[in-house]
Amino acid sequence: MSFHPPMAYDATFQRSKRTLAEPGEPFTYTAENRAKLDEIVARYPAEQRRSAVLPALYLVQYQQGYITGHAMEYVAGLLGITPADVEDVVSYYTMFYTKPVGKFVLSVCRTLSCAINGAERVVHELCHQLHVKPGETDATGTFTVLEVECLGACDKAPVIMVNDAWHEKQSPDTVKQLLDDLRAKGESSLTDCHMAAKVKG
Amino acid sequence: MEPLITQFVREPNGFTLDHYLQKQHGYEALRTALTQTPDQIIELVKASGLRGRGGAGFPTGMKWQFVDKKSAKPRYIVCNADESEPGTFKDHVIMERNPHLLIEGCAIGCYAIGAKVAYIYIRGEFYHVQRVLERAIDEARAKGYIGKNIFGSGFDCEVYVHRGAGAYEAGEETALLESLEGKRAQPRNKPPFPAVAGLYGCPTAVNNVETLSNVPLIVNKGAEWFAALGPEKNGGPKLYCVSGHVKKPGVFEASMNITLRELIESDQFAGGVRDGRTLKAVIPGGSSVPILLPDQLDVQASFDGVAKAGSLLGSAAIIVLDDTTCMVWLAQNLLHFYKHESCGKCTPCREGTDWLFKLLSKIENGQGQMRDIDLLNSIAGNITGKTLCAFGDAASTPVLTTIKNFRHEFEAHVREGRCTVPAAWRASQPVGAH
Repeated sequence: MSFHPPMAYDATFQRSKRTLAEPGEPFTYTAENRAKLDEIVARYPAEQRRSAVLPALYLVQYQQGYITGHAMEYVAGLLGITPADVEDVVSYYTMFYTKPVGKFVLSVCRTLSCAINGAERVVHELCHQLHVKPGETDATGTFTVLEVECLGACDKAPVIMVNDAWHEKQSPDTVKQLLDDLRAKGESSLTDCHMAAKVKG
Repeated sequence: MEPLITQFVREPNGFTLDHYLQKQHGYEALRTALTQTPDQIIELVKASGLRGRGGAGFPTGMKWQFVDKKSAKPRYIVCNADESEPGTFKDHVIMERNPHLLIEGCAIGCYAIGAKVAYIYIRGEFYHVQRVLERAIDEARAKGYIGKNIFGSGFDCEVYVHRGAGAYEAGEETALLESLEGKRAQPRNKPPFPAVAGLYGCPTAVNNVETLSNVPLIVNKGAEWFAALGPEKNGGPKLYCVSGHVKKPGVFEASMNITLRELIESDQFAGGVRDGRTLKAVIPGGSSVPILLPDQLDVQASFDGVAKAGSLLGSAAIIVLDDTTCMVWLAQNLLHFYKHESCGKCTPCREGTDWLFKLLSKIENGQGQMRDIDLLNSIAGNITGKTLCAFGDAASTPVLTTIKNFRHEFEAHVREGRCTVPAAWRASQPVGAH
């Protein structure tokens, strides 16, 4: 018999109730994305399903625009890791969004080569046109303006990445045209890099 | 020297398998390699003197030889296509316009070290490049250049593309492996080096895109031919990325016999400083290396040549700066990059980069004091060599090198509370005028 007072180790004990930010709606992949994930997981050794976490999160983001707490739990379940493992990854990489973003995310590079070619004026003009500050989404929910670090297209500075497509040699003058085109023609006006290989299909 | 890697990049169909087979002896190097032993391939690459194009310039043959062949575990080739060093944009040209060269290089690399799988870790921002690369891999697989029993030799090899998600640190080889394993891209303690315990704890060779793309050339044309293309120990073709205040920024392929000045000033290459301005400084190998002044440019643009001049060739990202560039502003811009990209694992780097950025902002905004300049030096000196990976050194270099070469500009900022370089001129110029 110990001389310590008796202690309760039952349900009354305060446990940390860690909840993920923005739990969102319950999430499941579409059948197509689920099949894609299975294909991706097969690229890694059977006991290394975790390797597929970045592709799995991209699938979530392409499906619903951003990554919610429920989606993190869902991905964790599929890959056999904890939701904390997934949140750890989501919070580290800059290309994952945990809040809703506009239909078009305009990421303006502002590292040295783009900066000496006027990246800050491109950002200024974008924000002026859309009435937002960097990091914000415009009132219509169409455009989000982000300032990002080097995109690796320094010879065609300044560069804006619109979703996954590059738009090179931007200037305050071309930015207005870019926004008009995106409004009018949507995704078909995305141009990619000047060397883009025109892949069919 | 005629371009070898980028010869057909401007042709509309240069990226297709048919074009590669017809014009570039496509997959003949792999066929030849499979008739030799893996050790012969490693000896060949060693004899060629091929050095890693990612930044460190480590001999590729040695790297492959270090891969633990006695281990019972599987072995891997991991191709570093993260290309995030500010000023670098050469690998995407290879992957987008000559993807089969890289795929063939991956397959030969796998054969040499006894791997069955190569992962190409591509940065998330290169999605348009990834689509081209993945299509090329599918084409190669359909024709039997990768997959099972290649050319009936019994050798199996798969190549997969793995997309990153925006992290400069993922370009560091052990951080890249962590990221590939589905974790945060944070570096590991070394040793053990990846050659012993890399991906999933298995022996791994991590090679840059440009490095692997040189391997088919070596197998096709021989080690002596390759070594003779450049100065001693700096053989082979090299891709240079020239950006900044030049008339024709872009990727240029040349022998490493060329000088930095030719690359910057020759009409054949970047065409000199634009708008009739004068040259102020050059960053010869990506934002992480010491600055060179205009009178230091008559050196070979080789790993050893640039090192002799007191800088590093790094990823051959030459950023040219004209006389309108304020060096305090430049250091602030680069430190914002490093502060943003520091992975946070080592305290000196995580805290130091933030501190450096704050001090630089203070000086740039006219609230600095003279002692802040010495404090900058002291902090930067205390980050160097005290972190797990080279990021810490990389982040302190822009501060140390700008203060060393342009201390008067920092002092002028403190004294006059403003920039004394004609930055106003910069702001008045049209953007993207090149």
